Amino acid sequence: MHKPQRWIAGLLVALTLGLALPAAASEEGGLEPSNANLADTGSLQHGAKLFMNYCSGCHSLKLMRYSRIAEDLDLSEDQVMNNLNFSGANFGERIPPSMSPADGKTWFGAAPPDLSLMARAKGVDYVFNYLKSFYLDASRPVGWNNTVFPNASMPNPLWELQGVQTAKFKPAEGTEPAQFEGFEMHQAGTLKPEEFDKVARDIANFLQYAAEPAAMQRKSIGIWVLLFLAAFTLLAYFLKQEYWKDVH
Amino acid sequence: MANRLTQAVSGVQEWFNDRAPSFGPFYAKHMTQYYAPKNFNIWYIFGVLSMVVLINQIVTGIFLTMFFKPSAAEAFASVEYIMRDVEWGWLIRYMHSTGASAFFVVVYIHMFRGVMYGSYKKPRELVWLLGMLIYLVLMAEAFMGYVLPWGQMSFWGAKVIISLFGAIPYVGSALTEWIMGDYLPSDATLNRFFALHVIALPLVLLLLVVLHIFALHEVGSNNPDGVEIKKGPKGNRWSDKAPADGIPFHPYFTVKDTFYTGCFLLICAFIIFFQPTFGGLFLEHDNFIEANRLVTPEHIKPTWYYTPFYAMLRVVPNKLAGVLTMFSAILVLFFLPWLDRGKVKSWRYRGTGFRIALFVLGICFVWLGKIGSGPGTDPVETIIGRFLTAAYFGFFIFLWVYTAFGFEKTKAVPERVNDHD
Repeated sequence: MHKPQRWIAGLLVALTLGLALPAAASEEGGLEPSNANLADTGSLQHGAKLFMNYCSGCHSLKLMRYSRIAEDLDLSEDQVMNNLNFSGANFGERIPPSMSPADGKTWFGAAPPDLSLMARAKGVDYVFNYLKSFYLDASRPVGWNNTVFPNASMPNPLWELQGVQTAKFKPAEGTEPAQFEGFEMHQAGTLKPEEFDKVARDIANFLQYAAEPAAMQRKSIGIWVLLFLAAFTLLAYFLKQEYWKDVH
Repeated sequence: MANRLTQAVSGVQEWFNDRAPSFGPFYAKHMTQYYAPKNFNIWYIFGVLSMVVLINQIVTGIFLTMFFKPSAAEAFASVEYIMRDVEWGWLIRYMHSTGASAFFVVVYIHMFRGVMYGSYKKPRELVWLLGMLIYLVLMAEAFMGYVLPWGQMSFWGAKVIISLFGAIPYVGSALTEWIMGDYLPSDATLNRFFALHVIALPLVLLLLVVLHIFALHEVGSNNPDGVEIKKGPKGNRWSDKAPADGIPFHPYFTVKDTFYTGCFLLICAFIIFFQPTFGGLFLEHDNFIEANRLVTPEHIKPTWYYTPFYAMLRVVPNKLAGVLTMFSAILVLFFLPWLDRGKVKSWRYRGTGFRIALFVLGICFVWLGKIGSGPGTDPVETIIGRFLTAAYFGFFIFLWVYTAFGFEKTKAVPERVNDHD
């Protein structure tokens, strides 16, 4: 019995599983999807600019080189060195923090973490939501808190853009902890909410890129590898049929 | 021109035959004159696929060792150096990490195939035992490999797994310190795991694989009908003495396996290029954070291929009992050829009880795997896990009782193998 259809069907099932399983496994509870897109170079460039202006003062990107950013984000050396490099590092060097870890510990209670792999460890949607979820909290040392990462020691670096929000909680009852109900804008920022969403999305997108710069390469090469293997497998199938003609 | 070429080829052949007369017959014995049953189905490709993965692991592993730094201070950064700065380093690393998981996929299916068609039964007990040893070494090899990137899950996974040896009375804590060379997984641990992962265990693995194949070729392959083709009529197109239902491994199965290898590589390439972390199953999210002995991850869990056994460990209330249960779950597989007293090999002709029991065993294994990869905080799940663990061991007890006391009602086994697939 020769039933190639069965194996092709099996292959399709396996591929579907391959798509569905990771999707199911990586579902992040309660996070708004960021819709960050690595193919959107404009978004990545914008994200890089925002990162260098608002994040790199405290956070390093110690696994990422300026030159690699230029290469992957369609920027020239001059563009990167004049607009994105505030650290004084060379073009080929990695992105250092402007703040020493010891200062970070004194000022914020914990040294600001390196963000090179944050989007891979926590997910790009996490970063997007985290950036949008700062609120005023007088009980915290720096006056800010975050619903995505409660009691984080980080103040909101984007408050001028987003505005200052406060969080409404349903008070704790007995053993039930306080329930988050929503944000209230306290003082408007310079951007409209959908404009600020774009800011958060582009930073998240840039960090997603920084966490795995190879992602761009692998997807574009992957198509050709699959096409080659499909052609090879098809030829191998015909070869097998030819040889097996005389097996009864 | 063609004439000259054939002359040259036969000249080289002659040259070799004069100097190493046993090479030709050796090649023939294992390739062109190894007669495999013609009715192999898709379940019979996973042995070859595990060879393909083994070669992939060795070749990509060699390239990784050229850039990896086996020290606690540098390991994590050197892996990211491979991912970012080494030309094609990301591809080599994803091939290696996807290969590790693919190895277990094909080996688990290969083992299940062995139980389905009774491939462990006489005269193939030795093939099964060598295969089980390969599985054991493979688990150690994969565990040590997972520690090397020195991420959070590497560190804490290593700590949990090594601490299992601490459950052994009297020598436990001394043993864990001896394994780690420290009180915690540390630079010494990473360094020695590197040595074991890249040299010691691969050598053992290769030796066992060769023995596994030699042992198989002594007795010949089983097949989906569980009929011994060597006991059937003799004589085929290639030899008067060969089994009538056997066909030469080369070229018939080499060409067939090439096609299936292509299908397999398509799936692997899809994962490597589009889902390399496989949603956190093949490369776990927490392993993108460098090992930190002061910060415990929320859920410590081993990689997916250990989770069925890890689940058994967790659902058993006592630690030592849990460790014993876990190791027994693997050990019991070694005894399968002697627990199963049934004379019929293939499930096609075995009793309904066997088919149902095997189906239940498969479900137990997968479900335990799911429980083992979860947080382990749900008490209902713990109860289910205990039932599944009992059912897993129940399979082996049932199999012995079912076959040793004549409860199994088998169907008539055909004289010859059925038509090929």
